[in-house]
Amino acid sequence: MTTVFRPIDRGTPPKSSGSSVRLEIDGIAVNVPEGTSVMHAASLAGVPVPRLCATDSLEPFGSCRLCLVEIEGRRGYPASCTTPVAAGMVVRTQSAKLGELRRGVMELYISDHPLDCLTCSANGNCELQDMAGVVGLREVRYGYQGANHLAARKDESNPYFSFDPAKCIVCSRCVRACEEVQGTFALTIDGRGFASMVSAGQSESFLASECVSCGACVQACPTATLMEKAVISKGQAERSVVTTCAYCGVGCSFRAEMKGSELVRMVPDKDGHANHGHSCVKGRFAFGYATHPDRITTPMIRDRISDPWRQVSWEEAVGFAASRFKAIQAAHGRGSVGGITSSRCTNEETYLVQKLVRAALGNNNVDTCARVCHSPTGFGLKATLGESAGTQDFDSVDDSDVIMVIGANPTDGHPVFASRMKRRLREGARLIVVDPRTIDLVRSPHVRADFHLKLRPGTNVALVNAIAHVILTEGLYGRDFVAERCEQRDFANWKAFIEQSRHSPEELETQTGVSAALVRGAARLYATGGNAAIYYGLGVTEHSQGSTMVMGIANLAMLTGNIGRAGVGVNPLRGQNNVQGACDMGSFPHELPGYRHVSDSTTRTHFEQQWGVRLDPEPGLRIPNMLDAALDGSFRGIYIEGEDIAQSDPDTQHVTAALEAMECVVVQDLFLNETAKYAHVFLPGSSFLEKNGTFTNAERRISRVRKVMPPAAGKEDWEITAMLAEALGYPMGYTHPSEIMDEIARLTPTFAGVSYPRLDELGSIQWPCNAEAPEGTRTMHVEEFVRGKGRFLVTEYVPTEERTSRKYPLILTTGRILSQYNVGAQTRRTANNVWHEEDRLEIHPSDALLRGVRDGEWVGVRSRAGETVLRALVTERMQPGVVYTTFHFPGSGANVITTDNSDWATNCPEYKVTAVQVEPVTQPSQWQARFRRFTQRQVELLGRPQEVTND
Amino acid sequence: MEAERLVRMANDIARFYQAEPDRDEAIAGVEGHLRRFWEPRMRRQIEAHLAAGGEGMDELTRLAVGRLGVAG
Repeated sequence: MTTVFRPIDRGTPPKSSGSSVRLEIDGIAVNVPEGTSVMHAASLAGVPVPRLCATDSLEPFGSCRLCLVEIEGRRGYPASCTTPVAAGMVVRTQSAKLGELRRGVMELYISDHPLDCLTCSANGNCELQDMAGVVGLREVRYGYQGANHLAARKDESNPYFSFDPAKCIVCSRCVRACEEVQGTFALTIDGRGFASMVSAGQSESFLASECVSCGACVQACPTATLMEKAVISKGQAERSVVTTCAYCGVGCSFRAEMKGSELVRMVPDKDGHANHGHSCVKGRFAFGYATHPDRITTPMIRDRISDPWRQVSWEEAVGFAASRFKAIQAAHGRGSVGGITSSRCTNEETYLVQKLVRAALGNNNVDTCARVCHSPTGFGLKATLGESAGTQDFDSVDDSDVIMVIGANPTDGHPVFASRMKRRLREGARLIVVDPRTIDLVRSPHVRADFHLKLRPGTNVALVNAIAHVILTEGLYGRDFVAERCEQRDFANWKAFIEQSRHSPEELETQTGVSAALVRGAARLYATGGNAAIYYGLGVTEHSQGSTMVMGIANLAMLTGNIGRAGVGVNPLRGQNNVQGACDMGSFPHELPGYRHVSDSTTRTHFEQQWGVRLDPEPGLRIPNMLDAALDGSFRGIYIEGEDIAQSDPDTQHVTAALEAMECVVVQDLFLNETAKYAHVFLPGSSFLEKNGTFTNAERRISRVRKVMPPAAGKEDWEITAMLAEALGYPMGYTHPSEIMDEIARLTPTFAGVSYPRLDELGSIQWPCNAEAPEGTRTMHVEEFVRGKGRFLVTEYVPTEERTSRKYPLILTTGRILSQYNVGAQTRRTANNVWHEEDRLEIHPSDALLRGVRDGEWVGVRSRAGETVLRALVTERMQPGVVYTTFHFPGSGANVITTDNSDWATNCPEYKVTAVQVEPVTQPSQWQARFRRFTQRQVELLGRPQEVTND
Repeated sequence: MEAERLVRMANDIARFYQAEPDRDEAIAGVEGHLRRFWEPRMRRQIEAHLAAGGEGMDELTRLAVGRLGVAG
């Protein structure tokens, strides 16, 4: 598991079929599923067939003519990649004639190929070189002096890989990978015959083309034509370790290819259950932050944030933090301190932080950054379906006939799953997009949304009610499913509510901005189009009615019986890699691991016996509550692991005022992030490459994170938390994170069957995993809902209090972009900046014209919370009246503008709706000027330069 | 914490349960939510605010907060 280097490539994709076919290949009998290619069958029989244009991540193409075979009773020499097996078939892969044909093909390839194998970056990992050896090529009769492509110019424009057309054999694997795997269609074969060449876009450079730098083409290339620059500079790796990406909630599996303790490249793992060998620009290439010079590798302390940092030993730093926490508690009570964990932490780390807060600090003041993203998912799905998690696995999309994407931008936020989704859409599934913006999915190559409900921000609940109204009043709902599987009294309540004419699309048209005809069409398609699945993101949750909308989505799925089987379901696309896991691990202040409320005495007793302490039965403070309490003086100390609330949380000035008010802020992170600039203790953390643990992705899939290099600061994060707990008087006694997972399994029924050996054995596990489901659970709520009967909940539309006015006539909504990740601490320290070097304000041309705003110029964006200045991007992606920005760069101050409005149930901030005014300006905002001065001062106090500061 | 902010948060909760047709269930819903998700100091503060006249509190919020002390 940890030393797999080059996985077997069987040449063509596997086929699944109910019937099996028996054939004979080189005298070896083999049974394979019907539809399998002869090449794949031969590989299964242990007979390798020479090939160049075939690889098992792509459909066969049959162009290289190297994989020819002889089949008894058939004429000629069919290509084994495109020939399906047949019962009783007798295949020969080797004969004198086949050898002659293959050598002839290879001679042609090699006659137009630079003979620089010894100095070539692919040396030792080149399929062309391998095939030359396999076919026994000894001469090239044509010589090397004829017309060739050897002088073709290299394209070095992409920061991560180069394109050397001189080495290209025009096998089209890169073009097909871009089409079939990634779905971007950025590459093509330009020209005909001998002039044929791989071309990005319209003969553009890779960087200027539509290429999204996912790496699929590089992965598919059999030669050094498309090659990672890291391999060119460092050489081929020596070993690989399977681990899990630390970026988005797709949780891709990668092989970290290593030379000693140096990471050469990350290669998507084709056995990865979440990604099946695909990747995006972040996971594939943007790992350089782990060794960036900005990393802080020595613990530091200071008495006041105006003091210089002092580098100290681990013992002194942890002792300083512990003594301050104890002193604060002695003076202000047990509840005056708390902790925040992060979705960027492993399960084991998150579990330890909440354990430290509950057991060592003696209160429940622990929260996680899921507070500001998917907390409404947990609340809404628990209330309706009975479990705080998505219902499907990613593979489920292959069985979907209708896909509804609400408030999510998968091509940017969850690119690897988006590729999968686009493939299904190209196969014919229908698409409904509900989003204020024209996201890429609405119209991309060979994909077009059947319905784009371009609603006004803040009207999600009105729209979901209107869809439900159509389905109910037109009699399109699943009567049998509802009767058998759902609470009848709740359904009757909800039905009476939703059938009211005020919920009709016609009545709500003026509020949502979506024509009734479109809503009716989309509702009919969702209800009657076959297997219908809903995928949603932060455009659902980050609203004052985020939880209500999640309930509305669950209501729709139950109403139409689209739950409990493959192809359907409710699928939250989690923002960060371990949002699901952080929530599972009990990092919310009201519940213990496994979503069990702290007031439940049976559960509490179970934990008390294991942990040897008495636990507080009352809920603790959420992040916004902690900040409010800091400003009133009742909350004075905080331990923050892996989270940057000063950049990511709303109303920045409120957050920083609260941090400044605290007596002891302890930050454990890789970098001096925005929050750390307000800290008194800095504990240097470890990147995902430097530690062991697990992440749980959006499909409840638990995957191993494996240490491939030593921690830069000497300690894995779980060790630091354990040290702090011990200094607080609560020794934890773990020697390895596997022991933490064993404890989680003992205490959490849905994790009872999870252990590191079991994860090594199965590759990954979707919880629940226990005696009833020893290999985990792909689809939830199959026979019955986790809560028994599904519960319809009444979803009254309550418009947000954030309204436009003459002073603030536009609505600002925020989001993310493909190349950057969350607060950007990682991706801003990579070459990904070449695609996105600053946050911009997207504005519709008519709004821009009205204000004299021109593309690329500075604009002031003002809300009732604050003001910032960004560069404008004038685009028709926006609807008039709505502007948009990302929050990847702290100096942009996107969250200076966002307000303290939040979801009624969970306090998830309403990032998606802020009333603003926009106008041309010539200088930064006052906040930005203050921010720059403060940042500069904090870097001075650090005592060493930082390459990436405020951007 | 600022009473105004607590009142806003409590009213937001009440506006969800307002749609519940059974009034007693609506009150119990708000009360239960406050009990399950609000840290005790926040509950005490909003109770104190109600005792001081409850400025800004919606009717349903008042009824639910009024029951917090009764049930412990």
